[in-house]
Amino acid sequence: MLLIRCPYCEKDLPEVEFRHAGEAHLVRPSNITEMSDAEFEGYFFIRQNPKGIVFERWRHVHGCGRFFNAARDSVSDKFLTTYKAGEPKPVLGDRE
Amino acid sequence: MRKYSAFAIAREAFRGHKGWEQQWRSPEPKAEYDVVIIGAGGHGLATAYYLAAEHGITNVAVVEKGWLGGGNTGRNTTIIRSNYLYDESAGIYDHAVKLWENLSQELNYNVMFSPRGVMMLAHNIHDVQVFQRHIHANRLNGVDNEWLTPEQAKEYCPPLNISKDARYPVLGAALQRRGGTARHDAVAWGYARAASARGVDIIQNCEVTGVRRAAAGHVEGVETTRGFMRAKKIGVVAAGHSSVIMQMADVRMPLESYPLQALVSEPIKPVVPCVVMSNTVHAYISQSDKGELVIGAGTDQYTSYSQTGGLHILQHTLDAICEMFPIFTRMKMLRSWGGVVDVTPDRSPILSKTPVQGLYVNCGWGTGGFKATPGSGHVFAHTIARDEPHKINAGFTLERFRTGRLIDEAAAAAVAH
Amino acid sequence: MTAPYRIAGKGHLGTAPVARFTFDGKSYAGLEGDTLASALLANGVHLVGRSFKYHRPRGFLSSGVEEPNALVGVERDAARTTPNVRATVQELYDGLQAVSQNRWPSLSFDVGAVNNLGSPFFSAGFYYKTFMWPKAAWKHLYEPFIRRAAGLGVAPEQPDPDHYAARYEHCDLLVVGGGVAGLTAALAAAESGARVVLVDEQPEFGGSLRFESQTRIDGQDGWDWAQSAVHRLAGMDNVRLLTRTTAFGYHAQNMVAMIERVTEHLPGPLPDLPRERLWQVRAKQVVLATGSIERHMVFPNNDRPGIMLASAGRTFLNHFGVAVGRNVGIYTSNDSAYYAAIDLKKAGVSVAAIIDVRDNPKSAIVDQARALGIEIKAGHVVSGSKGHLRVSAMIVKPRGGGAEQTIAVDAMLTSSGWTPSVHLFSQSRGKVAYDEATQRFLPGTYAQACVSVGACNGSDRLEDLLIEASQAGRGAAQAAGVDHDAAGAYPEASAAEVWTGGMLGVAPGVEDKKAFVDFQNDVTAKDIAQAVREGMRSIEHVKRFTTNGMATDQGKTSNMHGLAIAAEVLGKPIPEVGLTTFRQPYTPVTFGAIAGNARGALFDPTRRTAIHSWAEEHGAEFEDVGQWKRAWYFPTAGEDMQAAINRECVTVRQNAGIFDASTLGKIEVVGPDAATFMELLYTNPWQKLEPGRCRYGIMLREDGYVYDDGVVGRLAADRFHVTTTTGGAARVLHHMEDYLQTEFPHLKVYLTSISEQWAVIAVQGPKSRDIIAPLVEGIDISDAAMPHMSVREGKICGVPTRLFRMSFTGERGFEINVPADYGRSVWEAVWAEGKKHGACAYGTETMHVLRAEKGYIIVGQETDGTATPDDVGLAWAIGKAKKDFVGIRGLQRQDLVAPGRKQLVGLRTKNSTTVLEEGAQLVADPNQPIPMKMLGHVTSSYWSENCGRSIALAMVEGGRNRIGDILYVPMPDNTIEVEVTEPIFFDEKGERLNG
Repeated sequence: MLLIRCPYCEKDLPEVEFRHAGEAHLVRPSNITEMSDAEFEGYFFIRQNPKGIVFERWRHVHGCGRFFNAARDSVSDKFLTTYKAGEPKPVLGDRE
Repeated sequence: MRKYSAFAIAREAFRGHKGWEQQWRSPEPKAEYDVVIIGAGGHGLATAYYLAAEHGITNVAVVEKGWLGGGNTGRNTTIIRSNYLYDESAGIYDHAVKLWENLSQELNYNVMFSPRGVMMLAHNIHDVQVFQRHIHANRLNGVDNEWLTPEQAKEYCPPLNISKDARYPVLGAALQRRGGTARHDAVAWGYARAASARGVDIIQNCEVTGVRRAAAGHVEGVETTRGFMRAKKIGVVAAGHSSVIMQMADVRMPLESYPLQALVSEPIKPVVPCVVMSNTVHAYISQSDKGELVIGAGTDQYTSYSQTGGLHILQHTLDAICEMFPIFTRMKMLRSWGGVVDVTPDRSPILSKTPVQGLYVNCGWGTGGFKATPGSGHVFAHTIARDEPHKINAGFTLERFRTGRLIDEAAAAAVAH
Repeated sequence: MTAPYRIAGKGHLGTAPVARFTFDGKSYAGLEGDTLASALLANGVHLVGRSFKYHRPRGFLSSGVEEPNALVGVERDAARTTPNVRATVQELYDGLQAVSQNRWPSLSFDVGAVNNLGSPFFSAGFYYKTFMWPKAAWKHLYEPFIRRAAGLGVAPEQPDPDHYAARYEHCDLLVVGGGVAGLTAALAAAESGARVVLVDEQPEFGGSLRFESQTRIDGQDGWDWAQSAVHRLAGMDNVRLLTRTTAFGYHAQNMVAMIERVTEHLPGPLPDLPRERLWQVRAKQVVLATGSIERHMVFPNNDRPGIMLASAGRTFLNHFGVAVGRNVGIYTSNDSAYYAAIDLKKAGVSVAAIIDVRDNPKSAIVDQARALGIEIKAGHVVSGSKGHLRVSAMIVKPRGGGAEQTIAVDAMLTSSGWTPSVHLFSQSRGKVAYDEATQRFLPGTYAQACVSVGACNGSDRLEDLLIEASQAGRGAAQAAGVDHDAAGAYPEASAAEVWTGGMLGVAPGVEDKKAFVDFQNDVTAKDIAQAVREGMRSIEHVKRFTTNGMATDQGKTSNMHGLAIAAEVLGKPIPEVGLTTFRQPYTPVTFGAIAGNARGALFDPTRRTAIHSWAEEHGAEFEDVGQWKRAWYFPTAGEDMQAAINRECVTVRQNAGIFDASTLGKIEVVGPDAATFMELLYTNPWQKLEPGRCRYGIMLREDGYVYDDGVVGRLAADRFHVTTTTGGAARVLHHMEDYLQTEFPHLKVYLTSISEQWAVIAVQGPKSRDIIAPLVEGIDISDAAMPHMSVREGKICGVPTRLFRMSFTGERGFEINVPADYGRSVWEAVWAEGKKHGACAYGTETMHVLRAEKGYIIVGQETDGTATPDDVGLAWAIGKAKKDFVGIRGLQRQDLVAPGRKQLVGLRTKNSTTVLEEGAQLVADPNQPIPMKMLGHVTSSYWSENCGRSIALAMVEGGRNRIGDILYVPMPDNTIEVEVTEPIFFDEKGERLNG
């Protein structure tokens, strides 16, 4: 069971309080109806699924209820950082 | 390939088993192949075997990062069934079951296919509706699947708890008698041996580091930790690592990779005569020839390549097992492990050509790929050899997410209202 | 009463009380504090089991968890039977009953042993090569035979009456292993104030000090030092000591799973105590002090009962006071077995000889043995053993070749060295590194906040080990953030045992390789060599092909031997052949302990409405819908289900019915941008919906498929009361929150789950208004003031209500929302009024029938996650002028607008009394060959008493263009003819909504 830091509650809490919510930094375009089929496929279906650092969303569903983002190593499952929704993708170069 | 038989064993018994030949060669990679298959799991090895055996394409390499059969092939709970809802799914899985039925003889390798029956439990009215829909569709597709009352289910599997006082009582079950299990390692080894004997080079401990494409776009070969291999065609059969390999060819995939765990108990005398699955309470169980209870758990919620998962996932699974089989509470977990499963948005596989000429992909089997191994290899070999899909895998395209023509087995199981 | 092999005055049990027990029905006596193994050995019993494949007689190999052979069944009572219990771990209690396994008819005469004669045929992987002809024989003959032969013990036949518990713990430092290293580390950390948890799998702390006879620490005998260390730790309130507790799994972020055996050592049953307890410890730092495990010597016939590890012989002698024989042979390749010889000799047991593979062993301990007059045959090997059910002699010869000599023994102790226990380290995802000099894998790169100390870290010298462990303890405390200035002295070694060295694989000079590596699975050195010859080059292949290391001991004594033999045959260095992965659990863990209390009613929470108790009292049958229990139907005396449904259905349409709709999901959407948000989340238009009015809403996923539906009431310009399906409540809220927080955060909207705040009482039927009229205060419920699809706030029965005028039956209807605490009392008041008007209570089944008569869909029944609004005839619910809503783009994809999609239709069977099966498939031509072209399926099907015939809904390809067509439903025994109709069967004009 992972230990996850909720950036709103500022606490490390067990994974069962959270719900994983897929890849982060996918933005729903405001002109969604104008997307081509390929663009829509890219937005809704295609996923990076990297082996290494993944940027993902979590929701503290059994806590504050907020969605937030995390950077995690998908090989070791170690969290590099978590940050609030809407904040830019952090630069991780100096972390690991 | 020297034939295996009781006679061969007797002959070897009298000379200390010193005369067995290698089951497969371990050759040095050649500079050029007609086809390079990436991934020596069951699906990849089967693809190579059918390329050689049915399409006469023998200048084939199967490259494998680790050891053959060491990924999901050697980590799954070996359930085989074909009672899927949609025509496309029933088509490919039943094609596989038919191949399973003769596989030991075809490969001259006992893969221990054991059609012990797969029983799927219904725990609420919604389950009953869904299973009935499957049973009717299966019957008209020529796939066996029958409805059992709780009492019939218990007769088929005596240790099952059908008490009405259970939290989610068993309301009935769908039984596919032709379903069952097979010995996972033997499947990989049997295909490896038969493919190797037909000239296929199986190159283990050889990690693909790049896919080289010509300026015109078509594939030229694969870069590996053991050098470059020129290839006219490349088949990617890398399961959980499909996204990683396809990215090397600049193809982005509708896939996410999740940890999936399983466990076995200590061996006991025969007590579970069939496969029992429950989607509602989330557990799968069978008993191996060795006597171990083989139990499948659910996926973790997050994507990962770690081949491990959380203990709470196993806890939930064993809760369910103890609910369905209260006599197993004192049994002991002997070993647990994890695999990495690649999941598509509609939970159906992709067996397809790709936008890149000469590049083919077979992935997205999620938690249920083992059962399809022979069928998947068979039609994927056809797809590579002919550069067009077999009619059985024609629907499992990479493009279907763009057009919306999904094969949504997960949605078909729907959600409780 | 003295057991024949118990040596008075030896061991740590002292004057423990006698415990009587039986093994295979025969009575014996042991002492409290014994294990079943030591008690049997005290009685001279060595034969305790049969091997898996060849059914060879087997005794004890070890005195601990690594035991591969001595597995027994323990039978407390008819329900409390446990298979595959290691006799070396099971503590003795008075009344213990154990039985041997995998033998028939008896342990000493086992018919299965005939397999042993056939062993040349049953070589590694033989089953992959045969049993293929004739094809059918695998299922009917070969496999059943193999299955019966395999397996060890027998599963219990009754449900387990015991219960299990679970605890979570957080600490600064978890120390795994309470031997000298673990105790030292725990003391150092605890004295600096850290919160320490120390665990050990044994009943007492002490580790190898249980058997070490020559170790002295701080001037004390090793065992005594350990006990005083434990005494000190027990006195500190920042320390938790757990014995009989196995750390079995090392998970991400320093979460260690442990199992505590609470009652297995006690006579029982003890219903107030859990049998076992699962601990999940989240530690800031972990110290692994897991020790090492001795390996056996691999030589032909090394598996006879009486041949065991040297450390086991010492443990039985020095801890339990039991001699393993009267004339013991020693076979070793390192010094550790010399200690065993010396201890035995000093205790008065004859030592036949020490056979040492080494040509010229030189050390103080060798000199000690020599000084005691023990014969040492250096440069010799054991090339075999004799005996049937117990070893009677060892066959010895010079290593370089020469005459064999038979030396009579009644037991043998062997040692080929020690394997560091890096299991947990490896589980923590640390990388082991091979140490060529000592031929062992040791912790290399760490992946978590953890450190290994002592034998598991390859620390061989006690002096160094004590410093290492002390520093690790203090360092861990510091790393965990504990401030301290304590710089207490390290414990000092006054005298130490040294047992380094050893060998892997078969000793040189032994030609016959039918020497057991893995005892339980009957894997010999020969099998491993054969696997390599057959092309198995990775150790994982060798393991899987031979099953070496896959038995219940998971290769604790066999893995390194197997690896070395494979490496030798391959001609490769050991690290290149690889090390098999260490997987959870370290030792087998009871299912029930992992499952804990989550069984029966606690398997999953049961959700009940405020009105549940009333329904129970009125004889309702219930159905499970998600976690909810919903009243399914209300049979009166003598009614079967169909009769009850018929009555309920007719009563609702004739008079009225009352239905508990409380399980519906309810979400309050509030804020200045509430309508804008609703526009985005639902297909419908909301901006112009007036406060006080309701609308049926459809929610899509971004891919355009129907996700949920429900009636939404607008209470005020900035306030919507949204209802969802029962099963959809949580995921719809999650879906809304997702969009609100991450895609539309600029909208000022608040979402609140109110599903459990409001109980919902649906009153449906022509008399519904009459029923509620006397109860409602402050709301004009006339048709003019409150038309269909409106909502009002006011009071009912004196409590606040949100009163909806809406209908899921096609009748005039109301849904009364009241605070859940008043749910039952309001229900009773409504019921009292309803009875005056001939109303009935009805359940979910009648609700389903009535809505099907009207063609109203149920999401999850008519839809299955691949249906668009248009597919189910709800295109009207999409706001045509809307520029955006979730799903708008998905709906445009080519397959979602292609002709021939499945569409909702009604079906009328030709024979009006035939009720179709839900899920049945529809075809145009029933005579076509299989596989048939299926056009769709029946989604809902009922007998409708109101229509006087069966009715059904179906999803059919191009269905709306087929209305009037005849289709067929092929059943196993017959074919049913149906006519495709509009999906409505009752009151097609909808007049009854105001009727």
